[in-house]
This record gives sequence, C-alpha cells and structure tokens, in this order.
Amino acid sequence: MSERAVLPKMLEAGAFALELSGVSRRFGALAALSNVTLRIAVGERRAVLGSNGAGKTTLFNVVTGDFMATAGRIRFFGEDITALPAHERTRLGLRRTYQISLLFSRLTVVDNVYLACRGVSRRRLSLLRPRPSGPVMEQAFSILQAVRLDDVANVEVALLSHGQKRQLEIGMALAGAPRFILFDEPAAGLSPAEREDLVAVLNALPRHIGYIIIEHDLDVALRVASFVSMMHNGAVFKEGAPEEIESDPEVQQIYLGGAHA
Amino acid sequence: MSEFAGKDRIAARSVGRSEVGAGHALFGLALLAYPAVASDFFLTQIGGLSLIEGMIALSLMTLAGYGGMVSLAQLSVAGIAGYVVAILGHNDTGVQGYDWPWAVTVPLAILAAAATSALIGWISARTSGIYTIMITLAIATAVFYFAQQNYVIFNGHSGFAGIPAPVFFGEDWRAPVPFYYLCLFAAAASYAGVLYVRRSTFGLTVQGMRDNERRMRALGFSVILHKVFAWFLSGIVAGIAGVLLVWFHGRISPSSIDVAASLNILVMAVIGGLRHPIGPFVGALVVVLLQTFASDLVGAERFNTLIGLTFLIIVYISDDGILGLWRQFAPRFDHADRSAG
Repeated sequence: MSERAVLPKMLEAGAFALELSGVSRRFGALAALSNVTLRIAVGERRAVLGSNGAGKTTLFNVVTGDFMATAGRIRFFGEDITALPAHERTRLGLRRTYQISLLFSRLTVVDNVYLACRGVSRRRLSLLRPRPSGPVMEQAFSILQAVRLDDVANVEVALLSHGQKRQLEIGMALAGAPRFILFDEPAAGLSPAEREDLVAVLNALPRHIGYIIIEHDLDVALRVASFVSMMHNGAVFKEGAPEEIESDPEVQQIYLGGAHA
Repeated sequence: MSEFAGKDRIAARSVGRSEVGAGHALFGLALLAYPAVASDFFLTQIGGLSLIEGMIALSLMTLAGYGGMVSLAQLSVAGIAGYVVAILGHNDTGVQGYDWPWAVTVPLAILAAAATSALIGWISARTSGIYTIMITLAIATAVFYFAQQNYVIFNGHSGFAGIPAPVFFGEDWRAPVPFYYLCLFAAAASYAGVLYVRRSTFGLTVQGMRDNERRMRALGFSVILHKVFAWFLSGIVAGIAGVLLVWFHGRISPSSIDVAASLNILVMAVIGGLRHPIGPFVGALVVVLLQTFASDLVGAERFNTLIGLTFLIIVYISDDGILGLWRQFAPRFDHADRSAG
C-alpha cells in the first residue's frame, strides 16, 4: 500500500530502482564486467541482450551480491548496496531467478512457495504447522495463482514439467515484497505455448515491480521490456527502444547473426 | 472457483489428510493388546527393546530422511542420557550415584542428550554426505574411548550397574507389563511428534535444506541454526530412549555405546526404511528378533552373518527397506504418503 503511494512521487523525481556506475568485476586477468553503467527507473522493465559470455549473468551475480563488484558503485532505490551481503539485499526487496532451477524437489509446489515467503518473515523455527488461512499461506497461494500453478499446488516438485518448474522459479521470486527482480533466461527450454504463458505472467506483474530480464528469445524479450541494453564483452554496448535495437545493423551483426538478416 | 478448490485441498492437507487413519488405529490397538498374549520375555526383550532401539533409530531417521544428515552418533547421544541417570541417580557400583530423584535426573538426562546432539550438529553442520557420516563416526568413537578411559566420571571399562527404574503410582516401572507400556507411550509420543513436526514450518525448512541448501540460504534462512535445532530435537528422542535403555538393562558401560552398536542403529533405520517414521521401528523389531533368535538358528558364532545377509538382501531388493517393499505391494499406502518427503 505505502509503496504504491510513494511510487508516483519517485517517478516524478526521476528516481532509479537500480543504478550501476562504473561497475567492474574481474576474475584474475579476466574482466567479466568492465565499467558498466546502467540506470533503471522505478517500475521500468529492461531486457538485457548479448551473446554467450557477454557478462549478463555476471551482471546479475554482482547486483545480487553473489559476487562482489571489484570497482564501481551499485545503488538500489537510492541506497548504496555495493558492500551489502546477498541476504540483506534480498531483505531490501531484490529478487532473482536462476538460469537452472534451484527448487526443493521433494516438497510440494505450495510448500516451495511457502518457504520462499517464510524466509523473509518471522517464526521460521515454528514447530506448528502453517495455518491454511494464515497470511503467509494466503500469500503463497495468491502467488501460485499469479504464476498459474494453483492446480498443481499439492504436487511434488520433482513431478512437474520443465515449464512448470520455470514458472515456480518465478513464483518464488515474487515472495515477500519484491521491489525489483532479475530474471535469468526464464524462457529457456520452454515450448511456444509456455512462452506465451510466461509473457502473460510477466506482463501481469504489479506495475511498481521493475525487472531486468536476460533473454535470448527476442520474441519474448521485446514484448515484456520497454527498453533494451545490449551487452558485449562485459560492457554495455548499446541501449535503446526495442525497435531501434532490433533494426540496428551493428546489433544484428554481433547478436542476431544471419538468422534475422 | 479454482481458488476455493485449491484452498480446500491445502486445508485438507494441513489437518493431516489420511495421516492418522484406520491403519494407525488398528496397529495401535494391536500394540495395546500385545501384553494379553505375550510372555514376559516377548514383552520386554522383544517388545520393549524394539521400541527403545526403534526410538534411537527414529532419531537417526529424522536427521537422515528429512535433513539428509546421516548421524552415527545417535546411540552416543542416548548413552549420555543413560550415564546422566546412572551418575546423578542411584547405582550399586559405589562410584558417583547421587541418589537424586528420577523426576530431576530424567529431565536433566534428556536435556544433556539433546544439548550433546545439538553440539554434534553444530560441529558437523558445514559438512554433508559421507563427511557427515565420517565426522559423527569419529565423535561416536571418541565418546566410547572417553567413557572407557575416564574413571572419575564414567567409571571406565566397567561403567555402572544396579540402576533401578523408578517406582511411582504404586507400580514398579521395570516390571514387564508397566515397562512395556512405558516404552510404548514414549515411542508413540516420539512417533506422533515426528509425524506432526515434519509438516510444520520448521519441518519444511529441514526438508528444504535437504533438497537445496544454497537456495534456503538465498531465501534468507540461517542454515546452521536450523540444522542445530534439528539435531537438538532429534537428541530429545534419543535421550528419552537412552533413559529407558538404562532402566531396561539396569546397567551402562562403554560397550553399550561402542561403534558396532552404533552401526546397528544405522542398520535398523536402513532395514526399516528412511522415508516414514514407522520405518525405524520396523527395522528395530527385525534386528532385535534376529539378534535374539539367530544364534539358535545358525549358532552363536554366525548370528552376525545372518543379520548381515538379511541387510544385504533387503537393500538389494528394495529402494527403501521393508517400507519400500510394503509400498510395492500396497500402492495406496504409497499414494497417501508421497508428499511426506
């Protein structure tokens, strides 16, 4: 509630949800990210494109705190989080999904989402069973509806299809009060029909939740993002509206190859 | 519409679905009626002992089955409780023995066992898989040698004898029938506790750590804290069993907690099955029966061979001990229990 009230003011003030200035990450001699500057407005949805090894996932790892930046500053809703450990960034409302699903395979779908919701709330050591009508279970269930998994709520995760696991991965990122989400190739391995579902799920997210999506499938990426950043060799190489990027000859050269020529 | 259907299903699940069904009622009645048909020998040496050792195996099963942490030190944890009862309560050995009343020694014994278990959990929390097994085996070995070589506290090799079970409510609780019911009550309470807690918030976090520790950490859980608490709870079950075991034998010495006996607990849990808390009791019954009667069948020299062969055959033909076999022949049981984890 309060977040939504604050949102228009932040938009007026030109506030940024995520602000990277001159961020680099080196692994020994290898510069996985070099001097990346990125500004994403509150509520903005950004696609990050780039060939394999362009540094997209490294960018996510540095933003979430899985890796620390070796240079530069990262601000999250104005707050400097450059030195903050990963779990504290989670508590500030930053979420991510993983390229390879990291789920609890022998628990049910609803229990997976329940654990994600419980992780950012209190009474984590409770020996009582979760109340079906309690606020945390209610939230878990509304997330399941948002990612269209309510029909399989009580199915063991190991029995889900690949597409359903990807949807669950997104559902777990919605737990708590997310303010910004990093989606790492959510459409990987999905069928055309499942891709349509994914696009619908992403477009149905509350407007105040901004995100960055890494996606190789331009069909998906350009329909869920309003702005595109193109990465190459660990640096942001071009930014623009989806149409500009799609028709840019240099981008086609590097990324699209002959396929779309 | 689907919202209500889904919520109803969750509600049904939370109150336990068929968790405590007709099977439990029949089985419970049979256990309650057992003293009517059993001799004193079958009541204590088979019934009582299976229930006690089943509880120690249950303590191992909860850690291994729900938490993915195989502990070989749960018998040592039970042994700590037994030693506390012998040292603080009455014994005939003339060493230690402060004659404190059982109402004081028993809670202290269980608490000491649980605290020891939590400490072992804390030590092994950063390890996983075979390394957890190795570190707990090392701890079990260390506890055994410490008890054997320390005379001031543990009275060394000979340990303590003449430890009485309490007399209250006008009953001698070591008499066959009362002792059997005491064991049955403790085992049923532990079993019901595990059955309930596995679906509690904490129970789900333990299973979450088993499936994906890294993700649990990313979700904001303190993995160490949750592991140590799981070991503490499991230690309570082992501690209660340790108290009953020392009353059963009337004595405790390092040989009660040696490495071979610790391995036997693992054998019981694996023979029974690690996916449901009834498994350890089934496994304990089989092992106790074999230990008692194998020497009549194959001679005193070879009874361990028979236990070993039984173990090999069950592990070879089933993916989850006797419970696994049961599920193959009774698919409905399997269905009811799938989400148990």
